[in-house]
Amino acid sequence: MTMARATTSRRSFLGHSYSLVGVVAALVILAWTLVAILAPYIIPHSIGDIVDDDYFGPMRQGLWLGSDYLGRDMLSRVLMGARYTVGISLAAVFIACFSGVVLGMIAAVTGGWLDTCLSRFLDAMNSIPSKLFGLVVVAAVGSSIPVLILTLAVIYIPGAYRFARALAVNINTMDFMTVARVRGENTIYLIGSEILPNIIRPVLADFGLRFVFIVLLLSGLSFLGLGLQPPLADWGALVRENIGGLPFAAPAVVVPSLAIASLTISVNLLIDNLPQKIRDRDA
Amino acid sequence: MKSGVLKLVMKRLAVALVTLLIVLFAVFFATSMLPGDTASILLGQAATPEAVAGLREAMHLNDPAILRFLLWLVGLLHGDLGTSYANQMPVAALIGGRLVNTMKLAAITTMLSVPLALTLGITAAMLRGSVYDRTVTVFSIGVISVPEFMVATLAVLLFAVYLKWLPALSSVNEAHSVTDLVRIYAMPVITLTFVISAQMIRMTRAAVIETLSTPYVEMALLKGASRSRMVLRHALPNALGPIVNAVALSLSYLVGGVIIVETIFNYPGIAKLMVDAVATRDLPLIQSCAMIFCLGYLFLITAADIIAIMSNPRLR
Repeated sequence: MTMARATTSRRSFLGHSYSLVGVVAALVILAWTLVAILAPYIIPHSIGDIVDDDYFGPMRQGLWLGSDYLGRDMLSRVLMGARYTVGISLAAVFIACFSGVVLGMIAAVTGGWLDTCLSRFLDAMNSIPSKLFGLVVVAAVGSSIPVLILTLAVIYIPGAYRFARALAVNINTMDFMTVARVRGENTIYLIGSEILPNIIRPVLADFGLRFVFIVLLLSGLSFLGLGLQPPLADWGALVRENIGGLPFAAPAVVVPSLAIASLTISVNLLIDNLPQKIRDRDA
Repeated sequence: MKSGVLKLVMKRLAVALVTLLIVLFAVFFATSMLPGDTASILLGQAATPEAVAGLREAMHLNDPAILRFLLWLVGLLHGDLGTSYANQMPVAALIGGRLVNTMKLAAITTMLSVPLALTLGITAAMLRGSVYDRTVTVFSIGVISVPEFMVATLAVLLFAVYLKWLPALSSVNEAHSVTDLVRIYAMPVITLTFVISAQMIRMTRAAVIETLSTPYVEMALLKGASRSRMVLRHALPNALGPIVNAVALSLSYLVGGVIIVETIFNYPGIAKLMVDAVATRDLPLIQSCAMIFCLGYLFLITAADIIAIMSNPRLR
């Protein structure tokens, strides 16, 4: 986790110092977010149009990223794919972290049988390998965007819960918690006003890590043909449908893979290069 | 004090058993949620209502779900995994050979990746901050941050397309010579080794670095022990518990990895069988495959926890 710190210069901004790697990573993430929002307005061709006579065409003027297995413009398809990959993953990670963190804080504050039952149950959930869980759910209820979002969220709730609970248990032993309890504050106040502000920074870092896991799992499922169904295509699905171009190293296979890598590596690097104060897990 | 460890280990095993039951329950219900009536799917559109009703009776489909779950469990305990919907073969017969193939893949990967990852992880920790350490770290972060299928496609590009050393697909079932064998296993094993090792290198490096910052290692340094003696003699024996824990945890990534790798390389293992079963919605087959994967995964993470408990000297 210390890789970039020694080599890069640090600059000061808003009282924190940021490393160059962290800034570049943040810019890449910002760029993909903008693409995800603006995709329908900036794509040069409609994603269904066949614009090339040849399939798996090379990069050239007008078709900057070549063409796919049907001769469609790859640049447009990758830009639109950002929408699905980033959108679905963000929705899922919001649900997962919100539920996990709220449950974790409640468990830590309440304690007793609720804590025990919740922890046991979510630990059991955690013992199901994530790809397998996705496979079984898709087999059972079929694949659609809401199902995908919920499945991805459910898979990562236990992790978010465990992380938040461990942090909240530490805060729970502080004197100000005892004072608040003696004042007669209710659970909602305790978790919202006393615990959350003290754990929010590491929780946000955890949010980023979980986002990466979800992007990877979503891409993996789509690659297996169990994620987004045609005609929709996220980056994983783009790799899948163009896998036939692999033997001649077509850009259609390489580019969506690189898109996934640029997003996930950037998020990981950004978190690694956050100022110590924000990243510190001991809050 | 010894009984304390034993108690913790027994407790962990009990938790694993309860977890296993919950997982079996979840797998059963997720798969029985499938829309559509199994009996009419099996018999096709031309079936008479009487035939459908008869089959429903024979398959216990009219019984409440909880009873069917118990029947399924009893069947499992007798080694009866049910019959595949797709081709009416016993699931056990379909799985048998495939499971052996997957185990072979996992075993070869483990034998390669464990020594590789431990060497890289420990040396990187010893030379912390050096160019070597940074290269290893950047590389492992890179591999962890990308999906398994990307590692696989890059491996194909490098070894099959540019270097032309290996075939892109390992679809052959018959291996006649040692070279055939190597060519079949090479690509899946290379991909899996990358994925597993990256994880293991990071955890091993972290474990050794943590031990290196303890007071007794500082003591060894102050009394003039050489750097390698400090690591090998003082730090490593104490980091052994966390390292073995890291190895077991990383190996649990094999479960997700083989699903992708077997699909890409068309490797005739149990994961490929399961992905195909999902496509044909062959419930008994999905249930059994899912169960085997969960068992393997649960075994590895339980082993990791137990090793962590046993290696903690404060509990001994």
